Amino acid sequence: MLTLDKLRITLGDFSLSADFTVPQGARCAVMGPSGAGKSTLLAAIAGFLPPAAGRILWQGQNITQSAPGARPLSILFQDQNLFPHLSVTRNLGLGLDPKLRLGPGEHAKIDAALDRVGLTGLGARKPAELSGGQQSRVALARALLRARPLLLLDEPFAALGPALKSDMLALVAEIAAEQGATVLMVSHDPDDARALCPQTILVAEGTAQAPHATTDLLDHPPPALAAYLGG
Amino acid sequence: MARRLREISLPALAAALVAGLVLVPLGAVVIRAGGFSALRGADLAALRFTLWQAALSAALSCLLAMPVARALNRRRFAGRSVLISLMGAPFILPTIVAVIGLIAIFGRRGALNAGLEALGLPTLTIYGAHGVILAHVFFNLPLATRMILHGWQAIPAERMRLAASLGFGPAQVQRHLEWPMLRSVLPGTFLAIFLVCLTSFAVALTLGGGPRATTVELAIYQAFRFDFDLGRAASLALVQVFVCLAALAVASRLTAPPAFGAGLDRAPMRFGGGRALLVQDLLAIAGAAAFLLTPIGAIVARGLPALPDLSPAIWRACATSLGLAAASTLLTLALALPLSLAAPRHRWAEGAAMLPMVASSLVLGTGLFLIARPFVNPATLALPVTLLANAALSLPFVVRLLIPEVRVLQADYDRLAASLNLRGLARLRLLTLPRLARPLGFGAGLSAAFPMGDLGVITLFSDGETRTLPLALFQLMGAYRMDQAAAAACLLMTLTFALFWACDRIGHHADPR
Repeated sequence: MLTLDKLRITLGDFSLSADFTVPQGARCAVMGPSGAGKSTLLAAIAGFLPPAAGRILWQGQNITQSAPGARPLSILFQDQNLFPHLSVTRNLGLGLDPKLRLGPGEHAKIDAALDRVGLTGLGARKPAELSGGQQSRVALARALLRARPLLLLDEPFAALGPALKSDMLALVAEIAAEQGATVLMVSHDPDDARALCPQTILVAEGTAQAPHATTDLLDHPPPALAAYLGG
Repeated sequence: MARRLREISLPALAAALVAGLVLVPLGAVVIRAGGFSALRGADLAALRFTLWQAALSAALSCLLAMPVARALNRRRFAGRSVLISLMGAPFILPTIVAVIGLIAIFGRRGALNAGLEALGLPTLTIYGAHGVILAHVFFNLPLATRMILHGWQAIPAERMRLAASLGFGPAQVQRHLEWPMLRSVLPGTFLAIFLVCLTSFAVALTLGGGPRATTVELAIYQAFRFDFDLGRAASLALVQVFVCLAALAVASRLTAPPAFGAGLDRAPMRFGGGRALLVQDLLAIAGAAAFLLTPIGAIVARGLPALPDLSPAIWRACATSLGLAAASTLLTLALALPLSLAAPRHRWAEGAAMLPMVASSLVLGTGLFLIARPFVNPATLALPVTLLANAALSLPFVVRLLIPEVRVLQADYDRLAASLNLRGLARLRLLTLPRLARPLGFGAGLSAAFPMGDLGVITLFSDGETRTLPLALFQLMGAYRMDQAAAAACLLMTLTFALFWACDRIGHHADPR
């Protein structure tokens, strides 16, 4: 269970507040107009932005001051999810041990993760030798290896084509279900939200609202969301 | 909080070391100088000469570089990129080597005078103010050419396309595109060269001297060696510091263009222009190439046959210099890396790295001499002091080279590394060193080449027994053993370039991209 307790994030003139709870195992889309603060919200939860006020709790434990790598979460960014100078295996290995001390056990886990995301045998490649979709799969495989209970997706698949993107999202849903992970996913596409996320956090006008049923929200959008969705 | 402290403890230590290395000798200089009362009329003349020779050298370099850069920009020919790369070489060429090369061409018995004599014309001498300026132009013409060429190449192709579509002739292109570019590039170029020439020592030592061609740096040396007047040396050192500070204050108001840039080959632009322009460009390029390459060629021609005759003492000096270069490189990198990594977040780290720019080799030397003398015979410290001074003076170059790359590294991978808990030594090994391998290799090359060719502070401390290769060379020159000197110059030049090349290659090789 992720709790944002009277959280307030300020960046110059910009301010965003959030005060709600996300139940464990939930899958939430994070939607809202451009510049409303969707990525900012994820960055604060991941520990890249110290909040101006309030607390972030996981299972009741305060993680507001924890270092990003010590939080019970994995995050996939829009880009730069892999180190281009390290092989796929070593990139994945970082998910198991940041010092990259990899024994046979670790290598077996890495190979299994590669199998799971459909990249069997590509461990020796460098990221540049993979397609965009394959790179996303490596990043997802690393999240799989880290097995943290919370997964934050800051539009990591935005650069992929529509078919590839829905493949990836389906894979995310499968993996999250297997691991019982809670997912927060920034999304611009109402169809993605409907397909994968039963719940949606609306970020608009300086507030991130508590999760709300996605279908309900999209069928009867409040004015800010309606203007953003258009039509 | 503890994490933060750990993060800045290394850069803070490096900053403290650099600050101590620069400020403690400066303090010693200030205390010993006790004002400027020890200065004589000749010292004022030295200050005047320092300023005007630097201004004249910078102006001449810029003036001569303009036609060369323009010609290189608009002509394509075999060997063009090699020539542009070679223009980077004087930056690491040991001063004493260049001086010997220039003497071989322009000296009393040089090729030029031989030609003049054959024609029955009066001969020239290279010694004196014009010789100092000639040597400075030799070193800085290539630098100016590269900086101005960089400006030319930075004019967007779209702008040129627009000019062509509007039917601009060469005169309009010059007025609307080239002059505005030159107006923005030339002040920085002039100032960069002016700064280098302000602290000129080895050139003035070998070609200058006397009342008309003594720089402040040389005056410090003379106050030491000839008069052993430490108070006056300290006063002169203080003058040098003020001159550097004033020049840096002016420079900081200008954002100087990067000195290492240029070299990118844009698709050749269709260039009209008539035969007159072609002849002009040809002359500019051929003239510059001849001016830069014949002195080096003369050293090789004269020195190679004499290489087997070099005395064992020269080979010992060679080993000393190599050890000095290696140690100085290690120290420079050990200081530069933590400071560069901290610089994007902490302004003081960059400030500390730039601090050595206020001091020159002889100023640091004077200060260290004053501190050491009550305790030990300074001659025993010749090598350690040379090492410290060179590491300090190389530091600003290396840190300037690293900071832009560090910014990119941190912008691209800080978040990813933090989210994976990649910290400390693991981060250094897996992320920082691999991603910075190229600039580190290049920086190591510079910080090895500088002490290898340095003839500065060692002249204050050495008793003639402890010798680096440049000092041994200087002694050979003083003894008029020019064949031996040319051979040693060959050796020094080869070793310096080889060291630079090896470091740069290691950097490229270690880059996993």
